[in-house]
Amino acid sequence: MAEPLLEIKDVHVEFEVRDGIVHAVDGVSYTVNRGETIGIIGESGCGKSVTAKAAMQMLPKPGKVSQGEIIYHRRSKFDPSKPQEVVNITQLDPDGELIRHIRGGEFAMIFQEPMSSLTPVYTTGTLIGEALALHRWVPVTVGEQMSNKIMQYRHVTKEESREIAIEMLQKVGIPKPHERVDAYPHQLSGGQRQRVMIAIALSCEPFMLIADEPTTALDVSIEAQILDLMRELQQSVEMSIMFITHNLGVVAEMAKEIVVMYMGKQVEKADTVKVFYEPKHPYTRALLQSIPKVGRRTSERLASIKGMVPDPFHLPSGCVFHPRCPSFMPGKCDVIKPKYIEVEPDHWVRCLLYEDV
Amino acid sequence: MAEKIPVTDNVLLDVRGLKKYFPITSGLLRRVTGYVKAVDDVTFFVREGETLGLVGESGCGKTTASRTVIRLYEATAGEAFFRTDLFSTDGKVEMVNLFDLDKEQIKKVRRQISMIFQDPINSLNPRMSVFDIVSEPMVIHGLRKGPEMEETVVSLLERVGLRKEHIRRYPHEFSGGQRQRIGIARALSLNPRIIFCDEPVSALDVSIQAQTLNLLQDLQSDFNLSYIFVAHDLSVVQHISDRVAVMYVGKIAEMAGSDALYNNPLHPYTEALMSAVPKPDPKYESERIIMQGDVADPSNPPSGCYFHPRCRYATDICRTATPEFRELKPDHFVACHRAEELQLKGV
Amino acid sequence: MAESKQNPQTEPKQAKEQQFSQAYWSLVWWKFKKNKLAIVGAVIIILFYASCGLFAEFVAPYRLDFQSDYLEARPQPITFKNAAGEFSLRPAVYGLDEEVDLIARQRTWVVNEDRIYPLSLFVKGQEYKLFGFIPLKIHLFGVNTEKYPDGTAFLFGTDRVGRDLFSRIFYGGRLSLLLGLIGQFLTLILGMVMGAISGYYGGATDILVQRLTEFVGAFPDIPLFMALAAAIPPTWSPIVVYFMLTVILVFIRWGGLARQVRSLILSLREREYVLAAQSAGASDRRIMFRHLLPGTMSHVIVIATLMIPGMILAETALSWLGLGLRPPLTSWGVLLQEISSVRAIRFAPWGLIPVPFIIVAVLGFNMLGDGLRDALDPYGGR
Repeated sequence: MAEPLLEIKDVHVEFEVRDGIVHAVDGVSYTVNRGETIGIIGESGCGKSVTAKAAMQMLPKPGKVSQGEIIYHRRSKFDPSKPQEVVNITQLDPDGELIRHIRGGEFAMIFQEPMSSLTPVYTTGTLIGEALALHRWVPVTVGEQMSNKIMQYRHVTKEESREIAIEMLQKVGIPKPHERVDAYPHQLSGGQRQRVMIAIALSCEPFMLIADEPTTALDVSIEAQILDLMRELQQSVEMSIMFITHNLGVVAEMAKEIVVMYMGKQVEKADTVKVFYEPKHPYTRALLQSIPKVGRRTSERLASIKGMVPDPFHLPSGCVFHPRCPSFMPGKCDVIKPKYIEVEPDHWVRCLLYEDV
Repeated sequence: MAEKIPVTDNVLLDVRGLKKYFPITSGLLRRVTGYVKAVDDVTFFVREGETLGLVGESGCGKTTASRTVIRLYEATAGEAFFRTDLFSTDGKVEMVNLFDLDKEQIKKVRRQISMIFQDPINSLNPRMSVFDIVSEPMVIHGLRKGPEMEETVVSLLERVGLRKEHIRRYPHEFSGGQRQRIGIARALSLNPRIIFCDEPVSALDVSIQAQTLNLLQDLQSDFNLSYIFVAHDLSVVQHISDRVAVMYVGKIAEMAGSDALYNNPLHPYTEALMSAVPKPDPKYESERIIMQGDVADPSNPPSGCYFHPRCRYATDICRTATPEFRELKPDHFVACHRAEELQLKGV
Repeated sequence: MAESKQNPQTEPKQAKEQQFSQAYWSLVWWKFKKNKLAIVGAVIIILFYASCGLFAEFVAPYRLDFQSDYLEARPQPITFKNAAGEFSLRPAVYGLDEEVDLIARQRTWVVNEDRIYPLSLFVKGQEYKLFGFIPLKIHLFGVNTEKYPDGTAFLFGTDRVGRDLFSRIFYGGRLSLLLGLIGQFLTLILGMVMGAISGYYGGATDILVQRLTEFVGAFPDIPLFMALAAAIPPTWSPIVVYFMLTVILVFIRWGGLARQVRSLILSLREREYVLAAQSAGASDRRIMFRHLLPGTMSHVIVIATLMIPGMILAETALSWLGLGLRPPLTSWGVLLQEISSVRAIRFAPWGLIPVPFIIVAVLGFNMLGDGLRDALDPYGGR
């Protein structure tokens, strides 16, 4: 049933800078299934966005994937019956033709800041049209041979592009799409801009949407609108969503499966309900306890995680979380690097509490 | 300092009918063509030792309101009475209208009112050391000198969870949470009575937010501080506040005790806002009220109740008449025509 | 007890401070070092200011007021032969003999390959005062006149009154480069004060200052300059003229800097730390000098460095037009002005040798400024 679209296998990403090497991502593995949403949560600098950028082969310099592979099960956009291709994204030339087809055409991305991600000098119609011109193809029958049609694909024309743009704006719930297609980004409100971003991302009918903190800059009421929209759209087209956020509330609503990251390491992966109701890793537990919950005003003080996020150049020995961990076991956690193990079916944890050492 | 009102209860700050309009100018001669009504007739009060949360979506005027009260902006209209003994000859406390104070007096009153800011990067001058930053208010008011000042700074740093060694370092050497602690130490340096916290945790990581909130609560009980806590995160506001005021387009929609407001809201905007907050619970099933459209434009607000275009209970009266901000239940204020009849759901 | 408490406290405190400043400057220095062009630029500028500004008397083989008998002599060619005509590593110059060209009715100088004068380093020559008060006779190089009494070293030739061009380039560089530096410094102060006032107070003050900079900027430079230059009485001493020229250049050029500072102040004014200072009761002056101006410094240093070449070129251009410095002062512009006739270029083309010096100095400033911008910018923004 769950058909994998993207498999991230033990990926490590390094950044070599003046002060040394930063292991921004240090052994991350998860699978994005077709039509499902996976949530990636963690604090700033934990490597959640870097992993997504690696999947697009868009790592900023001087970052590079030093280990592991990212396998993409590529289905033909034109003919779903064709056998799937297996592409290892880390092996692709970052400026090559194939990755440019995948980027935007098959994987789309939306970002946190809708103002700075839209070029201010173009109308929404032009912005959507730009993506369409690159990645949207129109089938044309060029002839008939026996019972088979000979099909070719051509780029969209200007008129078609405008029509599709209007249709997309309508789909993402922008009022008066016929007028708004000629609006510039500054004429739109924050929520509408994020809708336009989504319209651009979805206009090429991607297989996967990478949403990097898509609602963090938005107000609560707009956030609710955008989340609803994303869910609706996901149901109407079979699309996977990689939802990157630090907001536990948002991820609880959106994701089917959750990956928790801390300092580049994947510390836990499980079904969403399991992560929230039976968290195994002390970091996940602490994170859940440290957020105030609306409507449930119980204790006077929040259970906070002591200390601060460590310096990426001087990571603690053993388990990176041990200096802040409430279940710290001296002699063990500060010495042994925990392995990533499956403690229950489909529930993976990286913690020595579940290892016999 | 012309007007004085009697000292009542233990009210520390009493803001009445506060208005702040920003003129919109156009053309070479900067002719005023309209006003952004950032704060439009707002009334609230804070008691001694309590926290008043001020929530609302961006652009609703919560930050402008707080900055106008402490005279970083000049108010268009209204009064803000502050209980203080700074100006009385006999040492008794009295209610002083902050908007009547002259330049010297307002400088004096700033000892008792301080601020904590949102952005831990922007709110600390990158070219000043921690010592310079924390001691600056004392230098401005000429309060302490030399080793005595250094001791005070060290004790302030230790109080907010930083170490003595940090005193000569510069902001860029600290993490976001530590920078916010430096900002808190600066706010405490003059022994204030009330601190305006402007989104103090929204730029911090989840695990640091809890530490900072706990610190603020500890400081409150230690020094009997009052907070005005401006934020957009409803769960954080509920956690820290004794009373909460919900703002929408320059007006307060509802103000009540934290639990009363969250569990039994009287204003449809509060209800919708609560339901829109994503709950960190995958099993939580709620009918979410999606507010249609965007927040109204404060330079061109709708007629009647500003919320009526997005309100699902709106009737004809909502489109024409401005609702009065009134005390419907004890200590529960609301500005809605239909507050009495509606049965709204809290969380 | 108080003492025992204080001592250990102050010691690590200073160590910390040092550690910080090292960390900060090492970052800037590291960034700067990576930029090879910037290093080249810095070396060029240091060499220029050292050789022209401080040690011109020492570098130059002749004194500024020395007039030889060699009038309009061509540069003496350099050779690697010793006095006996054999190959030697020590460079030497050929002597010049005067000849009268009967057809052109003109005296010219021809190279006499039999007269060879070896050049020596740190040779004793004409007496001068280093930094104006240390009497010295040693020059960087020259012909040992005790051994070769009729020897001369005019590497770049001489002018119509027999002055050594090589020496004059270095003396001239002193005035030109110093004018760039002093002028830029004054521009900086005027521009920063005006820009800061304009940016911080806004409103009517802002409009007034803005219109003033536009007014000054809209004036055509050359006519304005001619008018101002004409207003300088010819009876004034050259030093006063030099100072006036600097002031005039500053007056024309402060506007650009003021605008940049204004926009920087406008953006810094929105920072929350300014609000924090205001809410603590800080005065306008304190906010300006503690919080706003220090934040603009790194940008201003870069802008100023990049503006110095313009200053030097303006001096050169104006002096060339005869509107700036006048003889007996020597600057690069004055040197060029002396060969501004076709006759001079035709018969004494070596007079153009100052041009490459000007170009190199200007390029040096530009490379240094670009390097500084890269090194200071990422930090200065915050």
